Amino acid sequence: MTSKAPPIIDVDIAVIGGGIVGCAVARRMTLEGASVVLVEKSADILAGASKGNSAILHTGFDAPNDSLEHECIQNGYNEYLEIHESLNLPLLKTGALLVAWTESEEEQFSKILKKAQHNKVNDLQLLSKKELLQREPNLANSARAAIEVPREYVIDPWSAPLAYLSQAVVNGCQTTFSTEVTGGDFDGERWTLQTNTLDNKKGIIKAKHVINSAGLYGDILDQDVLGESEFTIKPRKGEFVVFDKPAHALVKNIILPIPTEITKGVVIFPTIFGNLAVGPTADEQEGRSDASVDQKNLEMLYDLAIEKVPALKNVRVNATYAGIRPATEKSEYRVRHLNEKNWITLGGIRSTGLTASLGIAQHVQKLFAEQGITFNRLSTPLAHPVPNIAEHLPRDWQKSGYEEIVCHCELATKREIIAALNSTLPAGNLSGLKRRTRVTMGRCQGFYCSARLDELTEDKFVDSISVGNTDE
Amino acid sequence: MNKHSENNNTDSCDVAIIGAGPTGLSAAITLKEAGLHNIIVIEREAEAGGVPRHCGHPPFGFKEYKKILTGPQYAKKNIERALKLGIKIQCKTTVTKLGENGELSLATPEGLKTLNAKKVLIATGTRETPRSAQFVTGDRALGICNTGALQAMVYLKGKIPFKRPVIVGTEIVSFSALLTCRKAGIKPVAMIEENDKPSVRWPIHYSHYLFASKLLLGNKINKVIGDKRVNAVEVINKNGDISTLECDGILFTGKFTPESSLVQMSHLTIDENFSPTVNALGQCSDPSYYAAGNLIQLSNEEGRNNIFYAKGNAPQAVNVSGLCWEHGRDIANNILKSL
Repeated sequence: MTSKAPPIIDVDIAVIGGGIVGCAVARRMTLEGASVVLVEKSADILAGASKGNSAILHTGFDAPNDSLEHECIQNGYNEYLEIHESLNLPLLKTGALLVAWTESEEEQFSKILKKAQHNKVNDLQLLSKKELLQREPNLANSARAAIEVPREYVIDPWSAPLAYLSQAVVNGCQTTFSTEVTGGDFDGERWTLQTNTLDNKKGIIKAKHVINSAGLYGDILDQDVLGESEFTIKPRKGEFVVFDKPAHALVKNIILPIPTEITKGVVIFPTIFGNLAVGPTADEQEGRSDASVDQKNLEMLYDLAIEKVPALKNVRVNATYAGIRPATEKSEYRVRHLNEKNWITLGGIRSTGLTASLGIAQHVQKLFAEQGITFNRLSTPLAHPVPNIAEHLPRDWQKSGYEEIVCHCELATKREIIAALNSTLPAGNLSGLKRRTRVTMGRCQGFYCSARLDELTEDKFVDSISVGNTDE
Repeated sequence: MNKHSENNNTDSCDVAIIGAGPTGLSAAITLKEAGLHNIIVIEREAEAGGVPRHCGHPPFGFKEYKKILTGPQYAKKNIERALKLGIKIQCKTTVTKLGENGELSLATPEGLKTLNAKKVLIATGTRETPRSAQFVTGDRALGICNTGALQAMVYLKGKIPFKRPVIVGTEIVSFSALLTCRKAGIKPVAMIEENDKPSVRWPIHYSHYLFASKLLLGNKINKVIGDKRVNAVEVINKNGDISTLECDGILFTGKFTPESSLVQMSHLTIDENFSPTVNALGQCSDPSYYAAGNLIQLSNEEGRNNIFYAKGNAPQAVNVSGLCWEHGRDIANNILKSL
């Protein structure tokens, strides 16, 4: 490596923010033939809102009627089903059950069915208590009835964006990590974005168009570059509790609560990694990066899970996590196309973003097309399958030559870890490695493998597990 | 890729022992010395020996060898003794499923295998409860671990996960952690204990003085603070007073829980401690299976190490290696009688 200044990036489109939305948009526009750079201020993708969610592929049955959100969810849903096999992305066809636990909740059913019908999700079905408990015999007997939503599925929330951006990269998309956009100037044709890296190196990126997918910092980016923002992010934290794998067999469907005006409520859901999780809470907070957990919230979730699925008391908790949704003053996506400034802001992409991202990317393409801006669509784009870490599909440890199993709880192998450190989008930090391989995500949380993992990742990350050598 | 790797290579044996810690090796040695030859010890780590491998301090092995050894010395002696008898210890081999009638599914770097054992002894031991399962409030920062991870890092790799941690808990293992810290040049800021007295009995609970770390009784963690790495913890006492301790890590010690998920994912039943249910012979709900050592809570009062624990404060028992050794031997003798 020479110490020469990096060449100035000069592209058609700069996508700012490497969350699920940024990754999907970078993929779509790269496949459309645009030259794209994705700019991310953290060392890896998914550092903000996209790192913690409930990993559900939504049909959009309960989305706001006639909304952009609904359109993006449905388009995103369909595209995921089309592309998931070619990208080796998993799909767990669980279905969801909206369970009523009280009479008043049951009274909401007709409203929910009507909304779903308006959203063109027509396969919802009412289940009596008997039918419900036949399907989910481990639910508490206080369950009264349910609406079945057969096509709500579970996916891998981290491999999906990784696959989107990886495919973009193998088809020519550039990426720059640990790089923050601090300002920009538009000369009527082209943006010159000022950037600053983690180690305080200033730089510039030139791009004809800019897409703000900065998530929790979307309003700040608009402020910093455009001088104004249409919305203010009101970070809303959701905490989750993850039960150990024996819990997975207890519940087959995603168990949804009846939503209230304020929140979609707490979900009990199988994870693609073979666990069962419960969450989220919904607490507004000031901090945009504060993904801390709170004992009383976790206890509330745990108690609620046991109340609804009593057999869970026989399963231990593995992990807890929190995600922060980039909510705004309004319960809707805040998408704005400043045509005269070649700037698109994708703001307020709430908890539906995982499903909707591919649809949002289609919407972005449409916005360009409406202005007559087209590129030379790649005729034979490369696919880029990502390694599978879903529990129900063949895992790396099932193929010989893996050298050693490093993380025993999640059966993550040395071969997988080395691959993730050297892939198209190598893990940029320990969190990124966890999301790519499952290391330390299991029941012992690193009791057995931290030492070995530290050794395997030596000098790879700015923040390592160990902080130094022993005295001796 | 090895073309045989995806085929199920099937093997059989009289007794398969899962786990090459003190319990498993003791059982293997007992069986072999009694003349049983076709036994296999399965170990998922690259090396046999179990947890003592990374407890680099005494006292280990007094009952077995009439000598005071460090953990690694003790583990080495156990392994040598087993190998000398010609016992087959298969490392880097993970049992992925406990099937009915002793059919074990194995993952090895060479491929998947099936092992049919007449009897299986499960000796997978115990581990500490991580921070997450204790629902501790605050940031999820780097620098938080259990004693097991600390000791593996210090004794096996010569690395330290923090320089000035707060230690949570006052079980035997907590003091073992203090010894590890001293050896590694780590300077604990404080040791905190939720109860009004330490879990272990005098004189051990004075040992924190040796390490110049203060003991805060009746205190628990209120909040973990740190962006990327821990930089402080808030502790709260029984009156609700909160104080902040600057530190760069937290060591959660003790609160042992059986390493029994393999059992829980199988047809075997478990008890309220998440251990496999066993009868007086150590036999599980499927009579092909036995369990021994720290995987099960030894009902024998001696097994609770109560010489070490202050009255009423004994946590979920974790048995020192000598007791595991004896238990492995006893259950092996029961297995012998059943064959």
